[in-house]
Amino acid sequence: MLKNTLMTLVLLVMAYLFYGLYDGYELRDSLSGISEHFATKGAEEVGAANLVTAVVVTYRGFDTLGEVTILFLTASIIAFFLKLKDEDFEKTIEHRDTSELLETASKILIPVIFLFGIYVFINGHLTPGGGFQGGAIIATGVALMILANPNIKLNYNVIHWVESISGVSFVIIGILGILLAGGFLDNKIIGLGKFGELFSAGAIPIIYSFVGLKVGAEISNILNKYQKSQKEL
Amino acid sequence: MEFINLGNIGLIIGFLLIIVGFWGVLTQKNIIKIIIGFSILNTGINLLIVSLGYVKGKTAPIIDATIATEGNYNVADKIVDPVPQALVLTAIVIGFGITALMLAYAMKLYKAKKSLEINKFNDLKW
Amino acid sequence: MNSELLYIIIAIVLGIVSLALSFVAMLNKKLSVAVIAAGVVSLFASVLYILMSAPDVAMTEASIGSGLSTLIFFYVLNKIKRSNA
Repeated sequence: MLKNTLMTLVLLVMAYLFYGLYDGYELRDSLSGISEHFATKGAEEVGAANLVTAVVVTYRGFDTLGEVTILFLTASIIAFFLKLKDEDFEKTIEHRDTSELLETASKILIPVIFLFGIYVFINGHLTPGGGFQGGAIIATGVALMILANPNIKLNYNVIHWVESISGVSFVIIGILGILLAGGFLDNKIIGLGKFGELFSAGAIPIIYSFVGLKVGAEISNILNKYQKSQKEL
Repeated sequence: MEFINLGNIGLIIGFLLIIVGFWGVLTQKNIIKIIIGFSILNTGINLLIVSLGYVKGKTAPIIDATIATEGNYNVADKIVDPVPQALVLTAIVIGFGITALMLAYAMKLYKAKKSLEINKFNDLKW
Repeated sequence: MNSELLYIIIAIVLGIVSLALSFVAMLNKKLSVAVIAAGVVSLFASVLYILMSAPDVAMTEASIGSGLSTLIFFYVLNKIKRSNA
């Protein structure tokens, strides 16, 4: 009883604080200072049509590097926790027969899904999308592959090499920014190109492609670990 | 009618989702239910941050032919705030990582006690 | 102005439904129903992001928050069900 009263009290205090925040909020009709700078100068400083990409990859590039590191750490801890015993490793999962529809669809759709993911992260500086979305779409393709054949053996080496090489290349491009341009992760190490074309915005398409490959490999790795953990009972 | 607009609606929904999620985290006994509570809390906070960046009647922060002309790429009075969107973009991916990590812990805990009730895990209680 | 009003009506409807679904997720006894309800809350949030002109966030939320998270929840539920049987 005491516990419930305390809980209600906590929630009421929280609601009261939120009401105070809501009361003080006014719908804005203009941008704040830093955003106004991004909106005014972003096109000539970075050269990316999608300003969210400009903020994620260049203006707040450190943030993205830390985020990718956190995802890598999470994937490692999950791999450590869901590690299989040796005798479980060779077991196969008993499952109902996958339907004809799923098998045929997976054969046709998986290459298309991978292609769409790659399209999304290469065009991240022009259209909505980017490395995180493209990586998630690629992981969705891997999920379909696993669902169609639960006993599939994914090639660990490919996943690990893709992940490591993309991570190292991301940092190397960042350091090249110190040597050749204004600072860490500056995108002007190659020319900005013509605004609005595929090969423009300096290093942004390259960086975002590496981010996409890395995120895709990490999420596929997490999904694969969860699938393999079904073997032990 | 002044206060009925997309920004305020998003703000209200975000606050209510946060309170529902927090209530679930505090009251539920099942570990999976607690994790679902965290994921609703996460959605609420993301919705809140995006609504704070909404500017009335403006379009998405992508410079294209409809809002800019060749050679003049100053779009400060035509777009919503891009910074909260960039923050939320990374926050969603981290939220996925956190959910996956919590579920891995839940599986380990289930293996230890064959139960998901949080009351059974009283080894450190005194 | 007309489309603005339409957006506001859609946002209010989506908000009410997603709040109701969040209560379903917390109160329903069946775990699978709760997981699906949380996934749908996430999906409706991504529609709200589109209305608030944030297409990048909407794509991420729809694919990660609503798709892959739900899949991982079901892996765990399946494992628990199998080790009970």
